[in-house]
Amino acid sequence: MVGKPKLHYAKGRGRMESIRWLLAAAGIEFEEEFIETKESLEKMRNDGSLLFQQVPMVEIDGMKMVQTRAILSYIAAKYNLYGKDLKERAWIDMYVEGTTELMGMIMFHHFQPADAKEKNLALIIERATTRYFPVYEKALKDHGHDYLVGNKLSWADIHLLETILMVEECKADTLSTFPQLQAFKVRTSNIPTIKKFLQPGSQRKPPTDEKFVAMALKIFNS
Amino acid sequence: MSGKPRLTYCNGRGRMEPVRWLLAAAGVEFEEIFLETREQYEKLIKDGVLMFQQVPLVEIDGMKMVQTRAILSYIAGKYNLYGKDLKERALIDMYVEGITDLMQMILLFPFSPPEAKEKNLDSIKERATNRYFPVFEKVLKQHGQDFLVGNKFSWADVQLIEAILAVEEKIPAVLSGFPQLQAFKIRMSNMPTIKKFLQPGSPRKPPPDERYIETVLKIFKK
Repeated sequence: MVGKPKLHYAKGRGRMESIRWLLAAAGIEFEEEFIETKESLEKMRNDGSLLFQQVPMVEIDGMKMVQTRAILSYIAAKYNLYGKDLKERAWIDMYVEGTTELMGMIMFHHFQPADAKEKNLALIIERATTRYFPVYEKALKDHGHDYLVGNKLSWADIHLLETILMVEECKADTLSTFPQLQAFKVRTSNIPTIKKFLQPGSQRKPPTDEKFVAMALKIFNS
Repeated sequence: MSGKPRLTYCNGRGRMEPVRWLLAAAGVEFEEIFLETREQYEKLIKDGVLMFQQVPLVEIDGMKMVQTRAILSYIAGKYNLYGKDLKERALIDMYVEGITDLMQMILLFPFSPPEAKEKNLDSIKERATNRYFPVFEKVLKQHGQDFLVGNKFSWADVQLIEAILAVEEKIPAVLSGFPQLQAFKIRMSNMPTIKKFLQPGSPRKPPPDERYIETVLKIFKK
C-alpha cells in the first residue's frame, strides 16, 4: 500500500481546507475520514493519534502530522511549491501569513453571534481591500510574472487563490479595483489540477454554513 | 551600516521576543528600534516599510521581513536550526506550532480584563500541564537525547526553553511533574549563547508591565 495522505477533520472547510487545496493543486490524491461526533474525537485523543489533542491531523509519509502550518509547509516543500532557496521561501512565508490572517478572519466570522456579523463582515472587506489585496496586486504588477514568487507556481499562489474566492463569497465584487488579481484569479483557476478541484464532485468543501458551525461547536467545544 | 539584523517593535516582549531569543541563541548580534509613539508607527506605514502595516519588522539580508513565523523560519533556516531534512523540519514545525499556541495565551494574558485574569491563568496552567508539556516530556524521555529533534540543537529547543521560562514566571511550580523538562531547562540555560541572553544587560525584555501595555494600546489601538 503506497498510502495516500489521509486527512482527519470535520466535514467542512475549517482549518483543513487549505490543506485540501494544496494537495489538490499539487495533483496528490488523498483520503478523508470525517469526524462527526465528540466521541470520535475523544477516541482519537485517547489513541494518542493527536499530538496536541487537536485536528487537523494528516497521516502522510508515516507521520501523523498536526498543526496546519506544519502540514502545509511539509506538503509545499515535498511537492516543490516552496521556492528554490531560503529567500524565496521567506517571501512565500510572508505572503502566506498574510492570506492566512485574512482567511482566519473569515473562518472566525462564521462563529460570531448574529449581531456582530455585519460589522465583522465590513471589517473583513476593509482589511481585504486596504491591507492584504494591495500587497499581492503590487507584487504581480511590479514583476509582471504569472506567479507571486520566483516566476513559478508556489504555495503562495494557491493560498492566494483560495483566499480570493473566499472573500468573493463574502462580497462578490471585491476584486473590482484589482486588475492584476482578476487576471491572476483567471489564470490560476485554469491550472489543470486547480481547475479540477474547482469542479463539482471534487473534495473541495462548500462555504461554511450554520449547520457546520453547529456541528463544529458540538464536536470541539470542551 | 552594520549589516546586523535590525528589529523594529515596542520595547517589550510581545511578538518580537521569540525572534530575539532565536537570534541570540544562534549567536547573532542585532540592533533594535523601539516604537514609542503612534506617529512613529504611522510613519512606518506611510513609508511603505510594513508589508501588511504591522510589526514585528526585521530588516535582514536586504529584506524587510514581517510576520513572526516567516521571520523565525528564515532565521532558523539560515543558521542551521531547522533540522537536516524535510521530516526533521516537520517535527520542528509541529513542536514550534504547539508551543506557539501556548505562548499565544501568555501573550494575550496582560490584555485580558481584570475579571477574566484568574480564569485565563488557570487555562494557561491547564494547557501547559495537560496538553503541551507532557508532549515534550515524552519526546525527551523516549529518545533520551539532549535536544528535541535529531540529536541537535534546533529552533524547537529555543522555543521550548522560552516557553518554559515564560510559564514559570506565572506558575512557578509548573515543571514539578516534568523531570525531563527540568533537566532540559538547566541544559538549555547553560548553553553559552542562551546563558548570555539570560544575563542582565542582554536584549531579553522583561515581563510585560502596566507601562508596556499602555504603550502598546496607545500605538496600535484604532
